[in-house]
Amino acid sequence: MATPLEEQLRRTPLFEQHAELGAKLVPFAGWEMPVLYEGIREEHTAVRTHAGMFDVSHMGEVEVEGPGALAFLQLLLSNDVSKIAVGGAQYSCICNESGGVVDDAFCYRLGTDRFLIVTNAANHEADLAWLGRWSRDHDVAVRDVADRYAMLAVQGPHARAVLSRALGIDLPDRFRVVARNVGRRPALICGTGYTGEDGVEMLIDPEVAIPIFEELRDAGVVPCGLGARDTLRLEVCYPLHGNELTPERNPIEADLGWCCKEATGFIGSSAIAAARAEDTAERLVPFTIEGAGIPRDGNPVLGAQGEHVGTVTSGTFAPSLGIGAGMAYVAAGLAEPGTEVEIDVRGKHRPARIASKPLYPR
Amino acid sequence: MAEANYPDDLRYHDQHDWVRVEGDSATFGITWYAQDTLGEVVFFEPPEGGTALTKDQPYAEVESVKAVSDVIAPMSGEVTEVNDALSDSPEQINEDPYGAGWLVKVTLSHPEEAETLLSAAEYQKLLDR
Repeated sequence: MATPLEEQLRRTPLFEQHAELGAKLVPFAGWEMPVLYEGIREEHTAVRTHAGMFDVSHMGEVEVEGPGALAFLQLLLSNDVSKIAVGGAQYSCICNESGGVVDDAFCYRLGTDRFLIVTNAANHEADLAWLGRWSRDHDVAVRDVADRYAMLAVQGPHARAVLSRALGIDLPDRFRVVARNVGRRPALICGTGYTGEDGVEMLIDPEVAIPIFEELRDAGVVPCGLGARDTLRLEVCYPLHGNELTPERNPIEADLGWCCKEATGFIGSSAIAAARAEDTAERLVPFTIEGAGIPRDGNPVLGAQGEHVGTVTSGTFAPSLGIGAGMAYVAAGLAEPGTEVEIDVRGKHRPARIASKPLYPR
Repeated sequence: MAEANYPDDLRYHDQHDWVRVEGDSATFGITWYAQDTLGEVVFFEPPEGGTALTKDQPYAEVESVKAVSDVIAPMSGEVTEVNDALSDSPEQINEDPYGAGWLVKVTLSHPEEAETLLSAAEYQKLLDR
């Protein structure tokens, strides 16, 4: 049997900057990405207290355009797409027929018949194939426009002030998107993020990515890696596809029922309506470790008698909380905040408590 | 400690531990290279006092925000003291790996094992490979 060739890792337009800054680079979803520059905790704190920026150019973009775009996206996305005004943004799941989560994505309405969907890097190709397959029955064009953009997330309590001053542009409100020139090239600025802090995500021309990154760094915005991005999102309980969300789990058990509007008849809606009506066997919950220990993905969750009651999907040391914390799927009867459980961390049973969202309140 | 540093008076294990041998007892820790690779240590899980350690076997864990790493015993012996200060300030392992960041003190059961360990120069040669 032939050994497959090692896959060539892709690099973002900012790769040289990361290397120059001494970032620790790791493979992530087929990309060579910075996991940290100086340290996860410093970068995490910079975003909670000031302003940090993340190169998230590995994320994919899909443009959906045509007279049938709205009807098509109502079928493909779990939320009610008709509620997005032009210039608006909305979070959705993309589900399969059995209600499992194929991907989660932000959808931006750029025009009456023109939308942009930002996909997870690991799912981009599969999303394109899935959208392409369903688009045949609709008067719509589905285009992969991932190469058109570099994506920079600028997040933190001072992110907007520093950014608008440095680039001389006004910024969209939360969950809005505006077209602006950045580096004299057309760009989209989105009032969204994945950190629990205020800020924006910018889709910019790859050719100006380096000067813009440098300009923001000179203005005091701290370069942050995917390590801090993960601890930040986990503290505010944003799910990560591949960890909390999978094609085998439906949005109801993932506590994403709020972004599923079954009345629109989207793909998977009948399975999700049934899950909502019956309640699910397991629920996704946040938890904190009481005392020492750091939970990690895959750790078993144990009940009062030491019986297996669930599994950790994401676990880390939470820098803003100063303790081990994470998210886990647990038996629905144990999902109530305050419930005491134990996490089996490599054989050591660590006392833990089910918490409410978010773990880190702003 | 920002710059790589490997004191000449210590012995080194190829799994990135250092040993300060004093007669039949010794102090163990992890090297500058080990802490630099791991990143900021946020948790140290020590062995209990009295635990018997076997050379080349894991005896403790150090964790950074994203990763956990076993600490390998560079020599065999019994734990007589654990650096309790690390439970409140594990970052000492990064800041002062050969001083305040020491991990355990041990009564050696096979002091002759020291001969199998590396000198500072030999250890650095290993890192350069």
